[in-house]
Amino acid sequence: MLIETRELAKVYRMGDTEVRALAGVSVDIDRGEFVAVTGPSGSGKSTFMNLLGCLDRPSSGEYRLGGRTVSALDGDQLAEARNRHVGFVFQHFNLLPRTTALENVALPLVYAGVSKKERNDRAMRMLERVGLADRAHHHPAQLSGGQQQRVAIARALVSGPLLVLADEPTGALDTRTSLEVMALFHELNRQGMTLVVVTHEPEVARFARRVLRFRDGRIE
Amino acid sequence: MKLGALLHIALRALATNKLRSALTMLGIVIGVGAVIVMVAVGAGARARVEDQIRALGSNLLHVMPGARTQSGLRLPQGSSQTLSEDDAIAINREIPGAIAAPVMRGTAQVVAGNANWATHIYGTSPEYLLVREWPLAAGRGFTPAEMSGAGKVCLVGATVVRELFGGADPIDQVIRIKRVPFTVIGVLGDKGHSAMGSDQDDIIMVPISAARSRVLGTATQARQRAVQSIWVKAADGHDLAGVESQLRALLRQRHRLPPEAGDDFWLRNLQDVLSAQEASSRVLALLLAAVASVSLLVGGIGIMNIMLVSVTERTREIGLRMAVGARTRDILGQFLVEAVTLSLIGGLLGVALGVAGAMAIGAFAGWRIVLSPQAVALAVAFAFVIGVFFGFYPARKAARLDPVEALRFE
Repeated sequence: MLIETRELAKVYRMGDTEVRALAGVSVDIDRGEFVAVTGPSGSGKSTFMNLLGCLDRPSSGEYRLGGRTVSALDGDQLAEARNRHVGFVFQHFNLLPRTTALENVALPLVYAGVSKKERNDRAMRMLERVGLADRAHHHPAQLSGGQQQRVAIARALVSGPLLVLADEPTGALDTRTSLEVMALFHELNRQGMTLVVVTHEPEVARFARRVLRFRDGRIE
Repeated sequence: MKLGALLHIALRALATNKLRSALTMLGIVIGVGAVIVMVAVGAGARARVEDQIRALGSNLLHVMPGARTQSGLRLPQGSSQTLSEDDAIAINREIPGAIAAPVMRGTAQVVAGNANWATHIYGTSPEYLLVREWPLAAGRGFTPAEMSGAGKVCLVGATVVRELFGGADPIDQVIRIKRVPFTVIGVLGDKGHSAMGSDQDDIIMVPISAARSRVLGTATQARQRAVQSIWVKAADGHDLAGVESQLRALLRQRHRLPPEAGDDFWLRNLQDVLSAQEASSRVLALLLAAVASVSLLVGGIGIMNIMLVSVTERTREIGLRMAVGARTRDILGQFLVEAVTLSLIGGLLGVALGVAGAMAIGAFAGWRIVLSPQAVALAVAFAFVIGVFFGFYPARKAARLDPVEALRFE
């Protein structure tokens, strides 16, 4: 199993009241799966994604990624785990402005301590993979929304992660561009990449082979 | 992460907000510039005082006749004739470690060939050159025979050589002082300007006996062997204060002053005068240092302020960097390097401004300026420290952000 969670729970403390964002989720995801995560807002799907992405630590329960217990790691170890094993795709792309597509894609490699030449080579290969090699030296403001999201996907792939997490990747795109982006995800999955996509759009969820529906901090 | 990569990020971030970065730097630019100017002016003032001490000779006492009261009118210092050449001889004989030189002073028109010049005539003894630490550039000093026999020989200063002889060798030439021919036997070394700004090289020295009987003297002065002043130097290894008290006691005894009477001479310790000048220039430097530190402090606060704004503005960027693997120290380093870059560039610009400002002050105000590389290095180092100190808090704030919160930040 690539991902194993056991009774994963997250409790936020807001003044005197405790909010149980995640109330014990146990789920296994295998290598090469394409999983969609859906549910209404406040259902705990974002919290679940943050835990899967090693951005946050659970209040209780256990999370194993690639056989390694993530729930026991400290801040810098989590940063390293994100750097090596997880690629993120966000709704609003989160590209650095005034920075070329190539440099944006290479950003994770900067923190991995990869030399500049190798960074640029690998980033260029990823841009070719998402079909944007000719836009390598454009800034995000010079790219369309769909192109920006493809740059972001190239960035998620550049360090060769175990899984790619996408949070509403088509939320800011029109229907046609959404389909292009989802087709790209489908292709990546076909090549063996494990994908977990948060979405509330049924058309998007249809691309996935498995759907996890969240409600009140649990999987339905 | 390597420093080069951090520097690259920092420069790009600063270039994004050029005007803001420039305004933030301004505080440091002004602060460092003020430090450079302050040190240059302060060192210049100190160098001037040191030059004056050197020009005057060190460990010096100056004795002048006291004020005289005539028909109830108090005349100026030095107006009486209570000091005589014999006092100087007695000082040399009685006080160990004291070298005294009597001086008779006046001005006269002097002629050499067809050139003429008005200059200061000093009648004195060979000790004067020792006391004033004034070496001869050429020739010889007065012999005992010339001293006792009112020899018609003279030593000339550099200015006189230039004005009378056009810089040619004046030795063995004849100068007529008030129509009395004197042979030049020596040239005085260059002494430069005095503490009061007068040209010390505009001088002709003659044996005091010759001055009294042939050039400057009046009948009364000749009778009393009166002199206008006596310069006294404490020889190396002798305490100036000790010499001063012995000198006072000796002169009171020689002048037969009763214990209740005041001194009939005026004794001045020149070291004290110069120390006071040095102290006042030090106060000025201290004042400027205070202004400069306040300016640097304000500049530092400006950097902190802008860095805090920058951290807030770039919260999402920080979140993204953390999501793709930036560790706490990477973010800390990024913002710290940015703050230090701001302060260092400001510091370097400040050095340029300070050096230019100091030179402008030197050129236009005519103040003496001493620029030292140490002061420049110190100012830049100070700017660096300011950057680290005031950049640390915002950088730590950025590094401590929660990636989940930061990514969600609008």
